[in-house]
Amino acid sequence: MAGFGIITRPLTNRSLMLEAKNISKKFSGVTALSNINLVLHPGKVNAIIGENGAGKSTLMKIFSGVYTQYEGEIIYNGKPVKFSGTRAAEAAGIAIIHQELNLVPYLTIAENVFLGREITNAIGVLDKKHMNEITKLLLARLNFSANPDIKVAEIKVGQQQLVEIAKALHCNASVIIMDEPTSAISDKEVDNLFSIIAQLKSEGKTIVYISHKFKELFSIADHYVVLRDGATVDAGDMHNTTQDRLIQKMTGRDILLQKRSANFKDAAILLSLKNVCLRHPELKSVNLLTNISFTLHKGEILGMYGLMGAGRTELMEAIFGLHPKNATGEIAVEQSVKKIKSPCHAIQAGIALVPEDRKLQGLILNQSVNTNISLTVLQKIQQWGIMLSNTKEKELTASYISRLAIKTSSGNIAAQSLSGGNQQKVVIAKWLATHPKILLLDEPTRGIDIHAKSEIYKLMKLLAAEGMGIIMVSSELPEILSVSDRVLVMCEGDLTADLPINNITEQEILKHAIYKN
Amino acid sequence: MASSYKKNLSRFQSVIALLVLCIVLSLLTDKFFTAANGVNVLRQVAVNVCIATGMTLVVLTAGIDLSVGSVLALCGAITAGLLKNGIQFPSADLYIGFTILGAVLGSVIVGGLLGLMNGLAITKFKVPPFVATLAMLTIARGFTMLYTGGHPISNLGTNFAYIGAGSFIGIPVPVWIAAIVVLLAVFITQKTKLGRYIYAIGGNETAAILSGIRINRVKLIVYSLGAALAAIGGVIVTSRLDSAQPNAGISYELDAIAAVVIGGTSLNGGKGSVWGTVIGAVIIGVLNNGLVLLNVSPFWQQVVKGGVILLAVVIDKMGDKKE
Repeated sequence: MAGFGIITRPLTNRSLMLEAKNISKKFSGVTALSNINLVLHPGKVNAIIGENGAGKSTLMKIFSGVYTQYEGEIIYNGKPVKFSGTRAAEAAGIAIIHQELNLVPYLTIAENVFLGREITNAIGVLDKKHMNEITKLLLARLNFSANPDIKVAEIKVGQQQLVEIAKALHCNASVIIMDEPTSAISDKEVDNLFSIIAQLKSEGKTIVYISHKFKELFSIADHYVVLRDGATVDAGDMHNTTQDRLIQKMTGRDILLQKRSANFKDAAILLSLKNVCLRHPELKSVNLLTNISFTLHKGEILGMYGLMGAGRTELMEAIFGLHPKNATGEIAVEQSVKKIKSPCHAIQAGIALVPEDRKLQGLILNQSVNTNISLTVLQKIQQWGIMLSNTKEKELTASYISRLAIKTSSGNIAAQSLSGGNQQKVVIAKWLATHPKILLLDEPTRGIDIHAKSEIYKLMKLLAAEGMGIIMVSSELPEILSVSDRVLVMCEGDLTADLPINNITEQEILKHAIYKN
Repeated sequence: MASSYKKNLSRFQSVIALLVLCIVLSLLTDKFFTAANGVNVLRQVAVNVCIATGMTLVVLTAGIDLSVGSVLALCGAITAGLLKNGIQFPSADLYIGFTILGAVLGSVIVGGLLGLMNGLAITKFKVPPFVATLAMLTIARGFTMLYTGGHPISNLGTNFAYIGAGSFIGIPVPVWIAAIVVLLAVFITQKTKLGRYIYAIGGNETAAILSGIRINRVKLIVYSLGAALAAIGGVIVTSRLDSAQPNAGISYELDAIAAVVIGGTSLNGGKGSVWGTVIGAVIIGVLNNGLVLLNVSPFWQQVVKGGVILLAVVIDKMGDKKE
């Protein structure tokens, strides 16, 4: 880390405000951050840049006291500090505004601003008038003239963000961390936010700004830090860098991994989408997916890349019939158009979905491996038309346990006692049991160890060789590049690129994944 | 080995509690450990076993059914009404009479339909089960009052009385009925697709949906079954008293839930069994019986019952934590 001279050579002469020294953080053995060193320049907008999973959020959660267990040191105003919780961080002047805002919708603006530090009068009754007045002053500083007595649920997301900022101002924060602040607000609100950020800067506040949107970063940020795989890889002055350099640093990998080189243009078409759109379930005017069209061939592995919120999971869900009311467009399996209005229809059409979160969506954790695997195909293990046969169930599940090399002492063990990789294999087994033609895998290797990952890649290649069509959603570019035959890239609900695997680089994929206004 | 031994111990902890309770009561009173008293206890718990079995299915899906007491009363009244008065259409000069079987079937079907309505409110209109069945609790009680005019329907004939008061090979008929209900429910939960789906929905509803399970259909069936079993309870109660009481079954839902909980079924769904509920119901029955034999005042009986429910859940939670 010593190579980043910029880190130890601040551009201003004022005392360093917030500094991380050798911060490391592990989650149950998996390294999220390793030896992070960085300096946040006081009175400046500091951009934190990195791919999904690079460690940005983890680091911010350490700064703001959400995570209290970590190695290394935080230096704040020249002194080492260790926050015992978010309250302690706030008291010290560090406030974080999360991507998903942390407001109580059915309390008023003032009640939210004062939540947990209410002003009371001599006998302990809330002094509503006083709190409303202060809130009004705070909002005025943000050019937001709202009645502090209206409920937060009744104002727009952009305005709710201002309430969060007001809250930060109220506890006199000197460092304000904003995590993807523009992900859910309109262009006009973005302009307003930027003028407020400029104003906060002029008041001497330090802003930490996390975003994927380079255009914004170049217009608002003064300094940047690039994180990759939990480490700082670059830092410097925003005006002395270029987008290409930042992308190169974010991915950092020029080496091409081993690629597949088959050509599937002439293979039979298994799945084709035509103009698939998905409306937001509440905000009817917002499209989560816009006119998605592509085809998947027999034996092909299609990699699907996109940053957080690009709509990849929503697309998989739409194909799988989970959005019957809001999805439009045409989905055809083996050239015949199917009406897929529920997972049941999808299964009948030969589609299987291994969901993003195996614990919340894939498994019934307290039930046995056998029960989980057979859940999708109970009709196959029935006898006399009604009774489930234990023998048939064991035959079925034992074949998948051995085929996928699921490490479990017996099929009767509860799924929750298996390791992450083996749990994922159980979810895959449960779907292979339905003999799908099309397998949708949403982040199939998230949070599992390298050995299990390579086993899953091998399995995917084997299944593809047997004629299955596979779509793999992934946030890991090396994985996309090494496993896919073709790469689709999504950004903000659009399909922005359909790239053959030959000669493409991570940088090229990332370019298509980044929002261009 | 040690851990599986512990697991088995926790699975049988309600059985052990029941055995301890029986041994203590046998030592404290002469009358408890007699055949006559045993049959007596079983007769008393039969109705609760029927209702609590249905409640177990509902609770396994992470739901709850507060309406069973009122459904029991309404269906009991309908059984008695159909038997005694049939259905009369004075304007068309038409009268439809009912045999005992016809009246019983009629009331069980009405029960099932009431449960179906609970299920529709919960699945189609997304009303939380607690609220939907709380509404049905009031609605069904109201219809009971309307149907009976607030008066008991009595003198239903000695043949009908056999269901609630008769015996077959020395064992009361209600106990036979409860046994059949339990065996069917055990078969459903352990050996059929429906049973697997019930556990899957309670264990992880999202995973169940994504596995292609039609969860709404399963819930409709479960709430219908629960209410139909309450209707069978209503038939038994009405027959035993030879009278349908408009205020029958008040707070029976609480006894049923208590049996389910003492039997180790989690109110969060996905974990528990019908056998556990049977043990839970018998524990409550033995406790009631023993406290009467010990001349404990009815007021103290309630206190003790509440304490046992609390204790059962606390022990269950402690077991969970260790795992």
